[in-house]
Amino acid sequence: MENKKILVKNLKKNFGSLEVLKKISLEVAEGEVVCLIGPSGSGKSTFLRCLNRLEKITAGEVNVDGHPISDPNININRVRENIGMVFQHFNLFPHLTVRENITLAPVELKKMDKENASKKAVELLERVGLADKADSYPGQLSGGQKQRVAIARALAMNPDIMLFDEPTSALDPEMVGEVLEVMKQLAADGMTMVVVTHEMGFAREVADRVIFMDDGYIVEEGTPEELFGNPKEERTISFLNKVL
Amino acid sequence: MVFVEVLVQYFPSFCIALGETVKLTAISLICATVLGVIFGLFKVSGIPLLKMIANLYIDIIRGTPLMVQVMIIFYGLSQVLRPYGFSWGDIGGNFTAGAVTLSLNAGAYMAEIIRGGIEAVDKGQMEAARSLGLPYGKAMSKVILPQAFRTMLPSIINQFIISMKDTSLISVIGIRELTQNGKIIAANSASRVMAIWLVVAAFYLVVCTVLSKVAVLVERKVSYGK
Repeated sequence: MENKKILVKNLKKNFGSLEVLKKISLEVAEGEVVCLIGPSGSGKSTFLRCLNRLEKITAGEVNVDGHPISDPNININRVRENIGMVFQHFNLFPHLTVRENITLAPVELKKMDKENASKKAVELLERVGLADKADSYPGQLSGGQKQRVAIARALAMNPDIMLFDEPTSALDPEMVGEVLEVMKQLAADGMTMVVVTHEMGFAREVADRVIFMDDGYIVEEGTPEELFGNPKEERTISFLNKVL
Repeated sequence: MVFVEVLVQYFPSFCIALGETVKLTAISLICATVLGVIFGLFKVSGIPLLKMIANLYIDIIRGTPLMVQVMIIFYGLSQVLRPYGFSWGDIGGNFTAGAVTLSLNAGAYMAEIIRGGIEAVDKGQMEAARSLGLPYGKAMSKVILPQAFRTMLPSIINQFIISMKDTSLISVIGIRELTQNGKIIAANSASRVMAIWLVVAAFYLVVCTVLSKVAVLVERKVSYGK
């Protein structure tokens, strides 16, 4: 329990009468990198979005960093401060500069004053290799650059956990590498990460554990060697045959 | 040139009337913007009661003519509320009644414009803001509304221009703004009636043109990184 960052028990999620997640249970340890793979519509993204309650939880328990997310009475904003999220379509704020994108939350939530937040923003931009873009607007950046800024923005709140929702799916192929590189660095620094991805190479190389989801269930999980090298379930094998 | 003659002769009185028109427009538009933001937010709140209140307000205003609204508010309310000691005369008279009417009227249209603007902002923007830990209100005011404002701007300006011209209907309760001023002058000088109304029209045209120019400047100012 002590070093379990994420604890999910019998999580269910319905959209109307459609069951998207059917009894999912999962634990993620501190510093662990977990990759979720599976066909589209399998519930991976929905599952990820339940971890910071961007999706309402229908039933079951979700506990993140000791906070019962599934309890409707908790202060979800507080918990979210500690969970960074990176989206497929970046979702940068187009009316703010890169620097303002990064400093908005820390300043508004009074974690830092403007000056310190700005300093921190530049540090984070250096970390993702974009220090020269601090005063650009998102519209002036390439897809890969946008996603790296989005990662920096999520890191500005000093989260313990980072959630990635298909972070490279909307990128041109030549820009995938630069984003994965930043994520690898993050993993190496010990960040607890849950990554929904179609990048099997990344999953194989960086993940401590790979989870294959299909039709709202966790079908199979294991180390990358186990899951890619010796998949046991029929559905896993057929999926991997299609994507590898 | 009868036009110039009328313009010169009645210039002072038209300037005073123009002042009334501008004052009525400005006060009403400020109030209407506040109302529009409140009821626009009600509409996107997802809370059924608030949504219902906003819909009721908007439907009633949009379904009735402005001139009837001002009659109800000025004459109607006076009659009904007089037993309770209410009189428009105590709070600025017909000007206040006119401003209240125009505010409520434009507010309903503004609410729809603001709702549309908010809904046009990509859903991912709210999600990204909330995922950082920003509460709904902060996400709305810092992330959604500034972006919505940009798409709404042309419609807002349009509404401003419409409301400016709608002040002429408010003349029906006797506020001496441009149109009422024209009526009074025309009544005393029937032989120059065409010139008088052309002067009135010219005043409106000037105000509208100024408004449009300001709009272009604002629009240029809020375009970012393009």
